[in-house]
Amino acid sequence: MRNPYAPVRMRVERNAVETEDASIRTLSLSFVERREVFAFVPGQFAELSLLGVGEAPFGIASSPADPDLLDFTISRAGQVTTELHYLEPGDTVGLRGPLGNGYPLEELHGRNVLVIGGGFGFSTLRAFTSFALHPANRGDFLDLEVVYGARNPGLLLYKDELKNWGRRDDMSLSVTVDNADQDWSGRIGTVPAAVKTLQVDPESTTALVCGPPAMIRYTLPVLAELGLRPDRIHLSLEMKMKCGIGKCGRCNIGGSYVCTDGPVFSLARLDRLPREY
Amino acid sequence: MRTIARNEIGRLLDGLLAGYAVYAPVRRKGILVFDRIRSGDEAILDYANTRTSPKHVLMPQMETLLSSCGEDPGVSEHTDCGKPAVLFGARPCDARAFLFLDKVLRDGQSRDVYYANRRDSLLVISIGCTQPRETCFCTTTGGGPLSAEGSDILLEDLGSVYLAHVASSRGAEFAAAHGLLDTCEGEPPGSGTVNGGLQPAIEPPVDLGLLKAALDRSFDDPLWLTLAEKCLGCGICSYLCPACHCFDIVDEEAAGVRVRNRVWDSCQFSCFTAQASGFNPRPTGRERYRQRIMHKFNYCIDNHGMAGCVGCGRCVSECPVNLDMRQVLAAFGGRRGGN
Repeated sequence: MRNPYAPVRMRVERNAVETEDASIRTLSLSFVERREVFAFVPGQFAELSLLGVGEAPFGIASSPADPDLLDFTISRAGQVTTELHYLEPGDTVGLRGPLGNGYPLEELHGRNVLVIGGGFGFSTLRAFTSFALHPANRGDFLDLEVVYGARNPGLLLYKDELKNWGRRDDMSLSVTVDNADQDWSGRIGTVPAAVKTLQVDPESTTALVCGPPAMIRYTLPVLAELGLRPDRIHLSLEMKMKCGIGKCGRCNIGGSYVCTDGPVFSLARLDRLPREY
Repeated sequence: MRTIARNEIGRLLDGLLAGYAVYAPVRRKGILVFDRIRSGDEAILDYANTRTSPKHVLMPQMETLLSSCGEDPGVSEHTDCGKPAVLFGARPCDARAFLFLDKVLRDGQSRDVYYANRRDSLLVISIGCTQPRETCFCTTTGGGPLSAEGSDILLEDLGSVYLAHVASSRGAEFAAAHGLLDTCEGEPPGSGTVNGGLQPAIEPPVDLGLLKAALDRSFDDPLWLTLAEKCLGCGICSYLCPACHCFDIVDEEAAGVRVRNRVWDSCQFSCFTAQASGFNPRPTGRERYRQRIMHKFNYCIDNHGMAGCVGCGRCVSECPVNLDMRQVLAAFGGRRGGN
């Protein structure tokens, strides 16, 4: 019988600093023991662990198009994330997953997708965007529009990728910062303000949203103004988790568990749940 | 033989000790609890219920899930639960709580192997109640003093003898092997016996269906704040509850041994949901007390088809500020005929 608490061993291939303040890093992990294909969809997460230190959940930040090398973008917040930051290539780390539901890919087929991310919450949206841009998948979606913001330019993640995306003609990208520095020549302002300027056909567009609570709070009314229906807005939520498999009892919103029923919920569904997130 | 004499119980338990880890009601440090016995005559038969529930038999307060040692990269999983166990003398409420734990931990979409292995090698012999305690409310939650749900064998207490009711196929095998033949097939516990009239003695303070409907409308009720003002948030209710199963996973390292432990946790603690960012979706007692009641009497009914409470009354009798679950439920409009 499979033990759902037993992790598989992963090898650290890369440990890259993402932000100027080094508070966020991205680990790229490969499987130590070959096993069946690690099949996942963008938006799912996994529990990373160091035995004796602890375990914590992280969204999978890389595209399922490359299931052998998994990226996790980790903000240093406590003991586990600090130890994860210290890992070097060749070190091993435990992984349980994939967990959760992920973004509703089938529902997105044949539609415009509006990706809205803020800060550290952009990781699984980066996974989705990379996935959607893959030549094998790009035809499944109509227009792909990405809005991504951070407090300042130094806190932007995936800078090389953003540069590439900005040059592509099969997607559009708006990167915005709340506070600019001297070198910043891009957009200044909040994510909801950037969303407000978009021309969106509400009938053919679905939005994927992940970011800090304040960004979500001010973005949702803008999406409503643009005419998006609540069932066409999908949010990826954060909640404290331990088991990741619906048993330990702490990540519920009403009767729904963020770890197994989520982390991605449509706004229509969230509107039927108590406001406790 | 349809009955077993009270004074033969010790011998029955002695006979089990060779093949089973036997848990029975015993007094430890002055407190009545379920614990391993080494001799059949240790088991206490004259009791209303134990102070703590027997859930630790299936889910210890702390257990090691994984461990590793020194430089060895191998990880031990600790899923072997040792020899099969018998839980003797559980009350019907506590046995029924196992049914609930089964739904959450064993039968859900991910099987919790640690719980499942213990559960699948446990035989539950419960003893029906003759004298409910003042704090009992099992009939509210769908159980009763002679409920056999969650038990393999239910012993009906007739005074000097017990009448054995087989409640599962494993119970039937066990009864056959140990001479506890069930001759009251088709007769539910209590029919035609001295205990037949007991069940109505526990007056349900609420109707579960009405209560659930009321709770569906009560998320923002000001009463949660009033209740939370009384609650200390000590969590004793969670620790004593036979159905509370929420847990934490905590790692430790000492002297080169690394372990990942599972420990009981409580939704009444602020750190239960506090996120690394500092944000807490349940920042005060109001949200946390509401979670306790909503989880048990609303969400669990939606998700598992039964309440996460079996009415054992431990949270009522042991609460340091006398926050009485029955009064709380009644206050939320679940009174029979009320709204």
